Amino acid sequence: MSAAASRNAPRLPFERAARIALQDEATRETVRRATATIRARRAAVVEETPDWAALRAAGEAIRERSVLRLDALLLRLEDAVTAAGGEVHWARDAAEANEVVVGLIMRSGAREVVKVKSLTTDELGLNDALAKAGVEAIETDLAERIIQLADERPSHPLVPSLHRGRPEIAELLREALGEPGLADDPESLLAAARQHLRAAFLRARVAVSGANFAVAETGTVAVVESEGNGRMCTTLPETLVTVMGVEKVVEEWRDLGVLMQLLPRSATGERMNPYTSLWTGVSPGDGPSSFHLVLVDAGRTRVLGDPDGRQALRCIRCSACVNVCPVYRQTGGHAYDTVYAGPIGAILQPQLSGEQGTSASLPYASTLCGACADVCPVGIDIPRILVHERAKVVRRSRPGLDGRALRALARAFSNGERYERAQRTARALQRPLVRSGRLRWFPGPLAGWGRSRTLPGVAPQTFREWWEERERGA
Amino acid sequence: MRVALLVTCLADTLQPSVGRATVGLLERLGVEVAFPRAQTCCGQLHLNAGYPDVASTLAQRFVGVFAGFDAVVAPSGSCAAHVRTHVAAHADDPAAVATRTFELSELLVDKLGVTDVGSRFEGSVTYHPTCHSLRSLRLGDRPESLLRAVTGVELRPLADATECCGFGGMFAVRNADVSTAMLTDKLRHIEETGAGAVCACDASCLLHIGGGLERRGSPVRALHLAEVLAS
Repeated sequence: MSAAASRNAPRLPFERAARIALQDEATRETVRRATATIRARRAAVVEETPDWAALRAAGEAIRERSVLRLDALLLRLEDAVTAAGGEVHWARDAAEANEVVVGLIMRSGAREVVKVKSLTTDELGLNDALAKAGVEAIETDLAERIIQLADERPSHPLVPSLHRGRPEIAELLREALGEPGLADDPESLLAAARQHLRAAFLRARVAVSGANFAVAETGTVAVVESEGNGRMCTTLPETLVTVMGVEKVVEEWRDLGVLMQLLPRSATGERMNPYTSLWTGVSPGDGPSSFHLVLVDAGRTRVLGDPDGRQALRCIRCSACVNVCPVYRQTGGHAYDTVYAGPIGAILQPQLSGEQGTSASLPYASTLCGACADVCPVGIDIPRILVHERAKVVRRSRPGLDGRALRALARAFSNGERYERAQRTARALQRPLVRSGRLRWFPGPLAGWGRSRTLPGVAPQTFREWWEERERGA
Repeated sequence: MRVALLVTCLADTLQPSVGRATVGLLERLGVEVAFPRAQTCCGQLHLNAGYPDVASTLAQRFVGVFAGFDAVVAPSGSCAAHVRTHVAAHADDPAAVATRTFELSELLVDKLGVTDVGSRFEGSVTYHPTCHSLRSLRLGDRPESLLRAVTGVELRPLADATECCGFGGMFAVRNADVSTAMLTDKLRHIEETGAGAVCACDASCLLHIGGGLERRGSPVRALHLAEVLAS
């Protein structure tokens, strides 16, 4: 069992956390298998969709329009939700959002809430805030419940327990549910989990959900899930509190027609999403009698203020980029130190946290191979934003050894003669390090290269020296 | 046709054989090759490392150095892609710079209209489509169609071919461990083909793959497309 998964694991920059993650062969194999399966499923259902390119372009246009008109759409959403009998709350940051939610629950008198899986509430640390107030939050998405029982951090935006193999999950459930005889097969595990969760659904007076989308035109909120737990949470309790990042709004009802085709195909490789719950305010005698929508900024308007970075707000949290990422596949999600792992996390988390702390290492957690941009259903140019974020990190930090080396290289590249002089100097300096034409040991910041690679030294005759010689001979 | 060679700083300095092969191949096909000696680096390294100011300075420089040629060719998918997506924007006529810059297989297939360059290479080869040639330039089948036309070559399919080799410029240094894990998978797949050589359109990725093969004492050679086609 991986120590890196623990909620108490030290918070490390990506390169250090990745080094630790790479030593856990068993978890890596689990991640490799799970991502391979989900990638193949996505590829198959995208392949069979004749108008995928057009759908994608439409999805991109819808989300771009939403993000650029957030100011107007959110006010419209507030009006529509209020008119339908819901109550809208605004929160500037995590502390305000958690305070609003805790306050609502305390007023309801409930000391236990059921939760629909929500990345936003994970981001805000809502469960910890609830615990501090004496409220137990019960996650009802199976994968989310598993990591909650294990006291672990999510490793994948969609399947937070992706790093866990089935035998490990069985062991965990046997212990947590007090059923030592529970078998390892999926049917037995699901049946036991269902029993356990069913009791919580029937007890619950308050549910907390996130939102996949909210429609400004109608005030309708959408939650998309696969297990029916979301449907239970959004219909059974008296009070429903939905916590939503402000970027999730879309303008019109018909926008959902496009997004609901893009999302399941990109996320789980399904043609249609199994459980799609849509509700508009409250309906007397049907579902919760009290509905609260908490609109959370928590850094999103800062992202919006960066014209080169704000594409990241288009994200519909499908995880397709995560599943195709060759870096994620090697390290798993815990190396990223964010609930948004993988390529989207590497561009979103640094922007949300102002390129501070461990998030400053995330834009470098990529080879810029571009596989993520190819699969993004809303056309986010992830590699371009990664590079943009790197520039922001460089501007914020004091130049290190590699920064000084790059500046020196820039001077060498600034004219042909200087460049040729640098080639000759490097050739002279490398002499003690070259063995039969190759460099096998590398100093300082280049040491990492030597761990698995050699390098041809500066050639005895560079290309330009050869060209020069040929010209003279001609 | 007068074609300027963008040899790339890495090939110029570390793998001159790639540049020489490119020149030899093009001249054999009747192309007049020029080498603007003032060229240094296209700026991709600095842009990707987070120094857009340096990259812009180098891009402006690049535009001046390569002005006035019918075409510019690079034995590097990623440098050609960088010229199109970044450098071109620094020119008075970005579209003109973008459309006259070619990666080698594009120049051969699209501009010169040849797939059989009349070369002979005895041995088995597997082809690794590098990320930028695959997803930025969308080279598609061009390199493999050129390889298939070489007399004597046996082309072997590579498992998980479209996976990145783990180079990523500074990534290979900054995230050396992840880079190594990715490279290890790539090298295993290359060796599993049983081919005597791995071929690609990017000198930089080949520096990485070749450096890994050499480190593990593998007999497999890393060859640039130009080196196979020039033989």
